[in-house]
Formats: sequence, structure tokens, C-alpha cells
Amino acid sequence: MDPVIELDGLEVRFGGRPILKNLKAKLTGRSIGLLGPNGAGKSTLINTLLGFHQPSSGTARVFGHDVRTQVREVRGLIGYMPENDAFIAKMSGVRFVRLMAELSGLPAEQALERAHEAFFYVGLGEVRYRELGTYSLGMKQAAKLAQAIAHGPKVLFLDEPTNGLDPPARLRMIALIQEIRDRGDLHLLLSSHLLRDVEECCDEVLILKDGNIAAFCNLEEERRANRRFLEVETRGGVDGAFAEAVEKLGCETAIGAQGRIKLILPDGLEVRQLYQIANDQNIQIRRLNHKRDSLEDIFLKAMETADGRL
Amino acid sequence: MAVYKKTYRPYDGALTPSLTRFLVIPRYAFEEMRKSRFLTIFFLASFIYPLIAALIIYVQHNISALNLLGVQGANRLISINATFFLNFLGWQSMLALFLAAFTGPGQVSPDLANNALSLYLARPFSRVEYVLGKMWILVVLMSLMTWVPGLLLWMLQAYLEDGWTWMHANSSLAVGMFFGAWVWLLVLALMALALSAWVKWKPAAGALMFGVFFVAAGFGVAINGVQRTKWGHLFNISALIGSIWVRLFGADPAVNNGGVFFRMPQGEELPLWSCWAALGVLCLVCLYMLTRKIRGAEVVR
Repeated sequence: MDPVIELDGLEVRFGGRPILKNLKAKLTGRSIGLLGPNGAGKSTLINTLLGFHQPSSGTARVFGHDVRTQVREVRGLIGYMPENDAFIAKMSGVRFVRLMAELSGLPAEQALERAHEAFFYVGLGEVRYRELGTYSLGMKQAAKLAQAIAHGPKVLFLDEPTNGLDPPARLRMIALIQEIRDRGDLHLLLSSHLLRDVEECCDEVLILKDGNIAAFCNLEEERRANRRFLEVETRGGVDGAFAEAVEKLGCETAIGAQGRIKLILPDGLEVRQLYQIANDQNIQIRRLNHKRDSLEDIFLKAMETADGRL
Repeated sequence: MAVYKKTYRPYDGALTPSLTRFLVIPRYAFEEMRKSRFLTIFFLASFIYPLIAALIIYVQHNISALNLLGVQGANRLISINATFFLNFLGWQSMLALFLAAFTGPGQVSPDLANNALSLYLARPFSRVEYVLGKMWILVVLMSLMTWVPGLLLWMLQAYLEDGWTWMHANSSLAVGMFFGAWVWLLVLALMALALSAWVKWKPAAGALMFGVFFVAAGFGVAINGVQRTKWGHLFNISALIGSIWVRLFGADPAVNNGGVFFRMPQGEELPLWSCWAALGVLCLVCLYMLTRKIRGAEVVR
């Protein structure tokens, strides 16, 4: 599959200080998460892909278009929802989205029609004639999403889309992003420092730390692979005997407090065999959960590496 | 598709030509400006002088009208020559300065204050096109106030005089009117946008426009007084423009030192190259100011 975004030794410096350091990756997912603590370089990477910052060395490509030499073509493919408030206060919502669509190259009538559609789509249909300056924070976020999708981009860059939203508004925003993702008409690049947002919306994650790629994982594959992870809570029996017995069957184990054991089952081993062992040793299995290696685990592991370099 | 269907669909229709896309900005701006009653009245009032000038030209060539008014021989009092057109351009250009001071500060500063630049520039739309679009707003309005009526007056005069002969003999007036006005419009538009990009409070940016013209001119006079030189006039933008106009109109600098409001003091004229160079430096400074501010993303070093 052709990569949506390809980072080819990308390096960006501000005033001699490296912000992005020799990034190399091929991102092919339908929905790509960009994760990292504040200051990791997520927004700088998005701004570089948009052509706002010039790479000091290396380059990046969006659908094969080089951000150094084909910035106009790259921007033609992108819909961008910035992190901060970004609007024209004295303009009505629908007029603002129409202007943005026209600047993307849509003819005036098409732009107007799609501006109305985009506003209804993000749930602001009833307030589309109100001035943007009077919108609440949640409405402004939705309006930013409307302007990002109105011209029908091929890839949507969402920079912290749930920033400052209250829980219901956040849920609405996440639902919208999931709906856009599930329609399959366009690719998503979602930058966030909130693990939950990325976990709920993305199938591929690039984790940045100090301008380096700290981890890159395909969440979809992780989800599938992690079906073999188990968390078991036991009562009774001799301490450690159950763990010792299942290890003999080829399981990897980690013993926690109060009889909790994390297991990775090898291929061919069935769960009922664990119950059999428990029965033989007169141990009660009080709880058994299929547990996957959560994005939080992946993120924390990535943050543990010294300089974030893979 | 009906809006109530509330769905997203990709766009695969035709796109507008990228060369003319910058015109979207002035189109929206003109629609907004139309809502301002003050601006509309000011703009309409700016055509009073051209109407009076047209009337003067008409009456000049109509003896019966003069007889009717009982002012026989008045046609010898006002000559339709370089001075007439220079004064016309001077008046109208001063009004253009007011217009630029009223409308210019509202062009870039709201976009900067609301972080809208990242939205403009995240599209297939460059910084140059953005500045061009914003300049176009001022240039169109100020053109309608300056060289457009100026050339119409010139054609009226040619029509009422002896046609092609007068036209041919006075073509320098038309050339001067057109290019002279454009020099002024470009300087004004660049200054208005540069100040708008750096001063986010609109009234302050407007006041600064006047400050650059009048305070800088005063500063230049002070330099002249202290240093016993004439080079202080390099700070007097209107005098620099006036000097250039005189040459473009083909007028005699010994007789004519610029249009009203745009006169270089007699005997203190600067070489023409220095006037061009000073205006060129001013434009470069404005462009540098715009380059620093018109960015998709602010770099925090």
C-alpha cells in the first residue's frame, strides 16, 4: 500500500535547535495517531507537512508529493484543523467555511452548498448564520472541523481536536471523527497528548518524544495479537504454585499483588487448561480477563527509553 | 445533496484557476465593506472633486454656458494643464490616504488576532497570494478614487478640445496620472498592510498611518533645520511622491513642484533617483514586515 505520509530523514531546526530529529517512517493507516507529551514535536511535524516550516534536512511526502517542492499540491490534499482558536470573528459560520472552501479552489456555488452541508454534518446547522465570535468553545472546535472537511480533502490533519472540550462535547467530537474514519473516504492524522482520543480513533500510532520517534505501532494488529493476554485473579493454594504450573505449559507470567497474575498464552494452549490446573491445585479462579497491551502500556514503555529514539 | 442528509462526501468536481484565486479575498472584503455606512458615504463623497473638475472642463469649453453665467472670459482663469491634473491627483490621493487609514488596519490584524492565517495558508494558497488579495482591496478602491476618474477627465478634456491632437500632445499627463497614482497606491497599500500586520489594534494602526506621513515629514524638516541640508525631505513621503509626479507628468520642475499636499519646497528639490530610492527602501521595509508576520505558524525559538 502506498504510504499516506512518508518521513524520509526529516529534520527541522529552529534557530539551530533541533525540534524534529531524523524522522523516518511510512504511515499507511486509514487513521494515524500522533502521540507524545507536550513539546515532543507533534505540532511541528504537522506544520512541516503543511509547508509552514522548511525541513533543515531530509524531507516528507504526503501521498507521494514532496513537502519541500510540491507544497501547493500537498496542501490541496489536506484539510487542517489547528490546535488553537482559528476563525474570523466578524463572519458568520457558514460564510467563513464557504470562504475557506473557495480558497481551496471550489467554485462559489459548490463552496456554499458544501459549507451548509459541513455545518449540518458537525451539528451546527442551526447556528450557521451566527457570527463565529459568539460561538462557545465546543462550537468553535466543530466549526474548525467543518472548514477542514468542506472542500473534500484526501487527508485530514486534526491537531488536538478535543482541546478544552467538556466531556459531552468531547464525546461528540470523538464520535464525529470515528464516523469520518469509518466512512473510509479520507485518511486521518490525529495529533493528541490524550491517549484515549488516539486509542478510540486510530489504527496506527506514531509516538514522538523529544523530536524522535519513540515508538510506532499498528494498534489494529496489537488488538488482534493481544487476544492471548490474560489477567487472572486467584485465591487459595500455595503461593506461586499456580504460576509455576502454567509456566511449565509455556506461558509467560508476571505475578502481581493479591493473587493477580498476568499471562501470555502460547499458541495451542486453551483457557480451560488453566481451569484444569487450578482445580488440580485446589485454587479458585475468581476472575479471568482477556487483557490487551493497552496504548497506555505502549506509550509508557516508549517514554522509558532514554532519548525517545527507537 | 440536501443539507438535511447530514453526511460527508468527498469533492471531485472542477477547481477554480489558481492564478485568480486570490480574488476571493477582495470579493468577500467588498461585501463586508458595503455594510459600513461611513465608508460608503466617504467613498461616494470622494467623487465630488472629480465631478467639479469635470464641470470645470465642460464649462471651459462651452462659451454659451459661461455667457449664461455672466462670467465671459472665465475660461482664461483656469487652464486645463499639468497643474490642473497634478492638483486633481493630489486631492484624490490625500483622500486615498484617509481611505487606506480607515480600511487598511482592518485587513490583516483580525486574521492575526484570531489565528486565521494558519487556515488561509493550509490551503493551496500562498503568502504572496494572501498579501496580493489584501492589497487588491485597497488598490481597487483607491484606483477608483484616483487614476480612473483622472483618466476619464483627461479623455473628457481631449474630447472637448481638438481630440487626437490634444491627446497626442498631452499624453504625458495620462501616463503621469496612471503611473503616478500607481506608485502612490502601492506605497499606501503596502504600508497599510505592514502596519496592520504589526499593530493589532485597528485605531492605533490607522493613527500610525498618518504618523508615518506627517510626523516623519516633521522629523525631516527638523533634520534639515539642524543639519542645514535638504536631505531630510527623504522622510517626507508625500514630497517624494510629488517630485516623482512632476517628472512623470512631464511638467517643468522649475515651475511646478507637485500637486496640492504633495509639494516639495521650492529650491529644496532632491534628485529624482533619491526619491525613487527612498520609496523603494520604504516598500522593502514594508515587505520585510509582512514577511515576518504573514506565516502559517509562529516559530517560538
